[in-house]
Amino acid sequence: MEGDIASMGQFIGAGLAAIGSGAAAIGVGHVAGNFLAGALRNPSAAASQTATLFIGLAFAEALGIFSFLVALLLMFAV
Amino acid sequence: MAEEAHSEGSGLVFHPLDQFIVKPLFGEGPIHWYTPTNVTLWMTIAVLCIVAVFVFGTRGRAIIPTRVQSVAEVIYGFIYKMIEDVTGHDGVKYFPYIMTLFLFILFSNYLGLLPTSFTPTSHIAVTAVLGFGVFIIVTLIGFVKNGASFLGLFWMADSPAILRPVIAVIELISYFVRPVSHSIRLAGNIMAGHAVIKVFAGFAAIAAISPVSILAIVAIYGLEVLVAGIQAYVFTILTCVYLKDALHPHH
Repeated sequence: MEGDIASMGQFIGAGLAAIGSGAAAIGVGHVAGNFLAGALRNPSAAASQTATLFIGLAFAEALGIFSFLVALLLMFAV
Repeated sequence: MAEEAHSEGSGLVFHPLDQFIVKPLFGEGPIHWYTPTNVTLWMTIAVLCIVAVFVFGTRGRAIIPTRVQSVAEVIYGFIYKMIEDVTGHDGVKYFPYIMTLFLFILFSNYLGLLPTSFTPTSHIAVTAVLGFGVFIIVTLIGFVKNGASFLGLFWMADSPAILRPVIAVIELISYFVRPVSHSIRLAGNIMAGHAVIKVFAGFAAIAAISPVSILAIVAIYGLEVLVAGIQAYVFTILTCVYLKDALHPHH
């Protein structure tokens, strides 16, 4: 019985951790969208800022990957 | 728990994480540090491909480059310009290290996209060595170049005096989390992408939804080709950013 409750908690926790991936998707979309908005206003400055864009994307995305990792750990490692 | 989940199954024909199991190449048995496994095989193939493109491909040193030579030149120029832009002229000295990192990650990522191949960069054990290597080297460079004034990186001189100790603690924590996020970002992205492809490949066994799932595999595979390149780029550019912090801690 106790094992059942524990594995139920595991699955619920993994599902909750998946919300984090969606939140990271919002963050990545925000970064890319704002970059596009800025780039359309001043296209000549856009090319020099792609490095900054990718750094921003990487930082936003890393947090989503962390939550994915938590989900994987709950499912397979605990 | 992993075994249990494996045997119960979730309706899939195979487990989506089976592709990441490290197996010895010859026979069964325990894996020691010297055992040739599929990881070492694909790392070796990646290194051989890099040698083929960058040593043998550019051997002619033609004025009008051949196709392989121009690929090598484009990659070389791309990384060189990136280091110059991000870290400045004194970062160019570390070009060989950063180029090595980029090429190894790029070739492992792309070779891992071949069907039935193995991706070394999908393992945190591999990327953690790369990430912590960057962390240790960058910290050493920072202290050797700047001495104790490297600690000024954590002490924000232009913030209000009351906040400075708090900010110093936060900066210190974020500095030590860097190698963790640096390595997990690469491994997590690659592993997640490959696992998603396998999940859809499992759905392809069900006749009713197999056309949809095969289309989804094609689409996700295209995305993965993009991700493989971008993650190699991101790993390298973050290395450049960390190197810039070590060389110029006050900017």
